[in-house]
Amino acid sequence: MASGTNTMNDTILKVEHLSMKFGGLMAINDLSFEAKRGDITALIGPNGAGKTTVFNCITGFYKPTMGMITMKQREGKDHLLERLSDFEITKHAKVARTFQNIRLFSGLTVLENLLVAQHNVLMKASGYTILGLLGLPAYKNAAKAAIEKATYWLEKADLVDRADDPAGDLSYGAQRRLEIARAMCTGPELLCLDEPAAGLNPKESLTLNALLRGIRDEGTSLLLIEHDMSVVMEISDHVVVLEYGQKISDGTPDHVKNDPKVIAAYLGVEDDEVEEVIAEVESEGGAH
Amino acid sequence: MTTQAENTSSGLMAKAVKEGIFAGFIAFGMFLLYVGIETYQNIDNQLVWRTRWGLLAVFVVVAAIGRFLTVAFFKPMVDRRKLAKAKTGVLEISSEKSFFHKHFLKIALIALLLYPIGSVMLFGPQGSLKYVDNFGIQILIYVMLAWGLNIVVGLAGLLDLGYVAFYAVGAYSYALLSANFGLSFWVLLPLAGILAGFWGVILGFPVLRLRGDYLAIVTLAFGEIIRLILINWTDVTRGTFGISGIAKASVFGIWSFDVSSPNYFPKAMGLATSSAWYKIFLFYIILALCLITAYVTIRLRRMPIGRAWEALREDEIACRSLGINTVATKLTAFATGAMFGGFAGSFFATRQGFVSPESFVFLESAVILAIVVLGGMGSLTGIAIAAVVMVGGTELLREMEFLKLIFGPDFTPELYRMLLFGLAMIIVMLFKPRGFVGSREPTAFLKERKAVSGSFTKEGHG
Repeated sequence: MASGTNTMNDTILKVEHLSMKFGGLMAINDLSFEAKRGDITALIGPNGAGKTTVFNCITGFYKPTMGMITMKQREGKDHLLERLSDFEITKHAKVARTFQNIRLFSGLTVLENLLVAQHNVLMKASGYTILGLLGLPAYKNAAKAAIEKATYWLEKADLVDRADDPAGDLSYGAQRRLEIARAMCTGPELLCLDEPAAGLNPKESLTLNALLRGIRDEGTSLLLIEHDMSVVMEISDHVVVLEYGQKISDGTPDHVKNDPKVIAAYLGVEDDEVEEVIAEVESEGGAH
Repeated sequence: MTTQAENTSSGLMAKAVKEGIFAGFIAFGMFLLYVGIETYQNIDNQLVWRTRWGLLAVFVVVAAIGRFLTVAFFKPMVDRRKLAKAKTGVLEISSEKSFFHKHFLKIALIALLLYPIGSVMLFGPQGSLKYVDNFGIQILIYVMLAWGLNIVVGLAGLLDLGYVAFYAVGAYSYALLSANFGLSFWVLLPLAGILAGFWGVILGFPVLRLRGDYLAIVTLAFGEIIRLILINWTDVTRGTFGISGIAKASVFGIWSFDVSSPNYFPKAMGLATSSAWYKIFLFYIILALCLITAYVTIRLRRMPIGRAWEALREDEIACRSLGINTVATKLTAFATGAMFGGFAGSFFATRQGFVSPESFVFLESAVILAIVVLGGMGSLTGIAIAAVVMVGGTELLREMEFLKLIFGPDFTPELYRMLLFGLAMIIVMLFKPRGFVGSREPTAFLKERKAVSGSFTKEGHG
């Protein structure tokens, strides 16, 4: 168990001095944080704080201007994510993601969506299509295993009954769950979710919490962006708060909840407190 | 209930009669001056007028009766069918299929296999030439080209306006290698496909970074570049003169179709000397090539690569987030499509016995693309039907001699084929915006195979 707790506590993702510049705009400014293996790490902050930009840097959709993003895999292999292109990050570094505006293959069925996610495994099994075209049993077995894996995640996401329907036909909440299931079918060690609870009603939000906890308990670490505080405070083990591309707080949900800077960022402050808070922030920034 | 039904039906009749008469009046008013009165110049160059009451009456009666029939019968029928559909709750894709519908593919295949035999029996060897060559082979070439392009456009969602370039590469590969090295059709057929696929990769590399309209324009340019090279590289391709005297295909090297050859096929089989046998032989070759194309496409769709193509059409960014190398995936789609274009090209060369750059103009690309779009992107059956309608329809126009009786002896119906082509496309797109077969067969299923309605699938944007 000692080694078990050890792996539970080591770092899976290390972001160091990450900066991202769009023209003159500094979207992320010298951001550093760590996500622990087996944790649900939440990235929160007001609109425009740069959360999605951080995500896009981690998953390779943006090339960061500066900084280093290290993904430590379970077998001890390290990947420098800023050097990999987007599809390699999922393929080799085992980081999967979902999108803020759902991106499903709406014309494919739910099952097919999950099979596309297992593309790289199936490609290898089909001998890069050539052996598969000949109808060798190796591919048939792999295809069967892929459907089993898909079924497993369909059950988790409560979508088995809709497996043969087009993904575009699902309700909004079901589409969110399908996108998460699809990302899980790539076999990730770190799953990045961009606002998974956006647009869900309270009941759907609860089932989502259960799904995310289930994913964590199976050994996949999560990094999520979220606006819905009930989701964040309930399920996350570790919260990082961003404002204007900078980290303003980092710690457990309780710590963050009571951090005056976070409260100021979210709720604003009384006029006479503003200067006080600014002074405080600046002195912190200067010390940093 | 019955009285009510009778009431409504008699009410409907009264309404239909009323509307019919009304339409007749409007037609009378509209056509009175245009049709009812005609002006012409008489022998003294004076403008005089005369009346055409008979023709006007025909116009008015057609309008009145047409309106009457529409209101009384056609509209209620459409409404009833819509209502029945709504009641059963089954959308356009009905699960109850007729025998013909269920076994459509088998029936079509048997009909195609028997087609040349039937036409020889009906019209004799010489008479069958028209049906086998002009209709059969011509349509099947387009079916094959459209199925090849379908991989690129229909499955992977990459708009390729220069597909004819690969057709040209295949045709010239066969023509040049056969003329210069004397290789046989059966060696060059796969070679032409491989060369075309290779060109697909070469052209694909720089092009596939582009998306949507930009991709379409650049592929269009590549198609033209290949044609211009064929025209201007006269040392090799003989430019606009083209390459003639291309060797005929042999029956796997055992029999030949050259009349002078000692093992001339019809002689060996004890048949009369006629070019029809060669055409029938070619018909079966192109049929086999089509079937191979269909088989490979169907198999590929169930492979991870085929699913990745369709996923690419639906959402490229999502594909990349799932670890799919989109560049490699696009290239394979491009190369596979090009390969089938190359096969078709080498077949075209051996069938014509002559290739020139004129056969590979942009219009050909446009026709092939139109067939893919009309058939329903991604659907093999729909595309085959579209090819029959479009190519067979234009061939049929040549046969319409009776039109000369109506429009005068100078009328050449085939000149109007592009006009009719466009008209047919507009009509089909109005009523079936997703093509003849708009729904999509899923490649895998858990409980039951349900067709995916065309309203969910995307066309791809690059």
